[in-house]
Amino acid sequence: MDFPLFHLDFMGNRMLVALIAIIHVIINHALAVGFIPLVTFLEFRGYQKKQRNAEKGEAWDEVARKLLFFAFIITTTIGALTGVGIWFATSLANPASIGSLIRVFYFAWFSEWIVFVLEVIFIMIYYLTWKKSKQSARNKKRHIIFGFWLSVFSFLTMAIIVGILGFMMDPGSWEAQKTLASGFFNPLYFPQLIFRTPVAMMMAGCVALLYTAFMLKKGNPWRPEILKHISFWILLWMPIAAVGAYTYYWYIPRAMIGNLPVALATQQFQSWYDSLLIVMIVSVAVGFFISILGTLAPKRLPKYLLIIPVLVSFMFLGTFERLREFIRKPYVIGEYMYANGILVEEYPLYQQSGLLKHTPYSSISAITEENKLEAGEAVFNIACTRCHTTHGINSVVVNFEKMYGNQDTLSTDAMKAYMKNMHNVRYYMPPFPGNDAELDALAAYIAEQQKRPQQLEGAQIKGVDVKELDY
Amino acid sequence: MITALINQIPVPKDIPLDLPLPEWILVVILIFSFLLHILFINLMVGGGVLTFWYELRGLKNKDYDTLAREIASTITVNKSLAVVLGVAPLLSINVLYTVYFYSANALTGAMWISIVPWVAVAFLVFYLHKYSWDRLADNKALHLGILSIGVFSFLMIPFIFLTNINLMLFPEKWAEVSGFFDALTLPNVFPRYFHFITACLAITGFFLAFWFGRKGYTMNENFKNLSKKTIKKQMLNLALAATGMQFIFGPLLFLTLPTQGVTWGLFWVIAGGVTVAVIVVWQLWKLLNDEKEIVGRRYVWLVVLFTVLVGFMGTGRHMYREDALKTHKQMMAERTATHWKDVQKAHEGLLMPEVETDEGPVSPGEALFNNNCAVCHAANNRLVGPPLTEVVPIYENNSEDLKKWIKEPGRKRMDYPPMAGFPNLTDQELTDISKYLLEEEWN
Repeated sequence: MDFPLFHLDFMGNRMLVALIAIIHVIINHALAVGFIPLVTFLEFRGYQKKQRNAEKGEAWDEVARKLLFFAFIITTTIGALTGVGIWFATSLANPASIGSLIRVFYFAWFSEWIVFVLEVIFIMIYYLTWKKSKQSARNKKRHIIFGFWLSVFSFLTMAIIVGILGFMMDPGSWEAQKTLASGFFNPLYFPQLIFRTPVAMMMAGCVALLYTAFMLKKGNPWRPEILKHISFWILLWMPIAAVGAYTYYWYIPRAMIGNLPVALATQQFQSWYDSLLIVMIVSVAVGFFISILGTLAPKRLPKYLLIIPVLVSFMFLGTFERLREFIRKPYVIGEYMYANGILVEEYPLYQQSGLLKHTPYSSISAITEENKLEAGEAVFNIACTRCHTTHGINSVVVNFEKMYGNQDTLSTDAMKAYMKNMHNVRYYMPPFPGNDAELDALAAYIAEQQKRPQQLEGAQIKGVDVKELDY
Repeated sequence: MITALINQIPVPKDIPLDLPLPEWILVVILIFSFLLHILFINLMVGGGVLTFWYELRGLKNKDYDTLAREIASTITVNKSLAVVLGVAPLLSINVLYTVYFYSANALTGAMWISIVPWVAVAFLVFYLHKYSWDRLADNKALHLGILSIGVFSFLMIPFIFLTNINLMLFPEKWAEVSGFFDALTLPNVFPRYFHFITACLAITGFFLAFWFGRKGYTMNENFKNLSKKTIKKQMLNLALAATGMQFIFGPLLFLTLPTQGVTWGLFWVIAGGVTVAVIVVWQLWKLLNDEKEIVGRRYVWLVVLFTVLVGFMGTGRHMYREDALKTHKQMMAERTATHWKDVQKAHEGLLMPEVETDEGPVSPGEALFNNNCAVCHAANNRLVGPPLTEVVPIYENNSEDLKKWIKEPGRKRMDYPPMAGFPNLTDQELTDISKYLLEEEWN
């Protein structure tokens, strides 16, 4: 509405955000929150073993260092950039929403940033002082203690961020209370934390297991024992992960159903909820199997199969993040702003006098027979493109075709009737924000798109049209 | 002519929420955190260029290869700090210039988002270069090739940032640009770029003079002829030359600034900065001719001078931004105020279009039907669900089953999607709907 609109007509804007965000969360969980404690644990075991067998202790220490090196490289490149990338992508995908959120959560983000800076500095110190720490037993001890505190610190980072996220995603409390504390400890806070912590530890174990299996040659005398230790690490967190998953699973409907705006949503929710259960069981079972095998018979651990638990745990986290996203719809900010970036409060104005009249980024003010399709495109741009594409992912044309049983021509009357009331039957859809003439133009545009498909370019390619507004 | 120009300026509405802090505090945070961020960016970019230059010279003189390697080891630390320190100014500029910054981002969106993978890959390339030094000792062409990808990236990516920061200042140009490359060629982007790259070299030279000149630094044993003194001298030479170059690029930047933001206040701040720059050059010259090897008092004095200089330029930069946007900000504020008055009017129903109601009041069943069912069911046509002419006769004289079905439907027709249930409707509402359905004529 008030921003030139970036649009990706094939993958969709939300996919862009999801892609960057999920990569970031996976790296954060698997290679930072869960990884640092695991590395410190291995370093500590190496230190213990060194008392009796110097060579062996040295080998353990080296494995721990190499694991940290791997995590260090990935977190300071892809990890850090995808973190910033979430800002970049969300501000392109929905500038109105991120622009509003940032005004309310400036302090939360600012404190998160400070924690983030410290974390990066600490990880650098931990890694860069590793070689020096080998000089004496005293140095090593100090280094291990530093690793321990760093582990605590990265856990706290996650604990803070989970709280902030919970606050931002919790529909309702934002409008009602607008205080940080009330949202920080929302009902899902502790279940989420209990669940995420062991999952991060297990994911770290899976990645470390894979990396170590490839890093150490088959004949390496220390290989079986190290693999065994890492497997045991996964096994150790397994019961906690199972309990955490169950707690979370138990809490979600209790905390969320009440928030779902329409009871119909429960149906949709049920299918998500069921799929979550399956993913949970599969990932816990795979993790359990691999870690039992690794603990009891580390020599028989098939190195190529180790990719499976890594992929499964990523899938697990992906499903989980999607579910979290689910609770927000049709809003992007609970009861304040819809997913299309338009404020709930502004709706009456636009529904009465039209969207196009109020945007500077369209040359059209009044819809005529001649400019109908062009107007329809402009309305589509404002009202739909934050989530939909013309022919790509979540395409309006395909969605309508599916809904109407693949008819050859979409009926504009049927689409108009649908779009006017869709929010009543599809709880996740915001109401149509424009007036009747715009609804008409939009339906005509969609029908035209079915007949003569044409890609819709975003502002990043075709720029913007500008008109003078009366005000 | 003037109206034609005015027509080009989009006047969007501002975000209707208060700033989280008084504006001046946010401005201080922005300037301070930005300068800190750009310091490490300077060291990262300058370090990349110098590594390349010295590794190239190292092909003939091994000492320079060693020097390049020492410089390379500073880049990976500086780049990590540069990225994390960038978040605070990003947050602050997002808050202070939401509409301007996001609009510029969207208009250059493809390149803007490519920063994320591009920088990540550039950083990985620098790690690859750093950790393959020994392994590729015999294949310098490949090693330099890897480095050149990283350095090229570091030299190109600033264009994306500068284009955005420049474009956001000129809303009147937003309608003219289609994509990044249009925005890149707006006046002032290139002068900004040269100013920036030269600053990178100056700051890096100045920093490395300290880095290799400091007391705690023990010369790498691989150095054969190169002495601490020579290195320090080369670095200070670079700092001096680059700072001197700024007396060309600085005025070029100032003269190409679109005039709408240039004020006397800005002029005096820049003049203050230039004065300090003259002192910096003079002091650098003195430091260069200082026989003492170890970085001492004069160096600390220069750090202070540089800080003041950067402070002047950072402030000038902000003043220009504020002045350039002043009129537009005012227009936007007026427009936002009017808009919210209109929203108020709409809430009071004053803008309601005349609705022709010639059919009289509708029954409660009809109203419920229109809201909940009409989306999928029409009288004669197939919509999402089957037409009423087909389904209503099934429930003739059987409103109880109809109510049950609406509340919790199953799936009978495989050529239709399954119907969604309506557990939210009360029994009375279900009765109303079924009554309406069964009593109305559907042909």
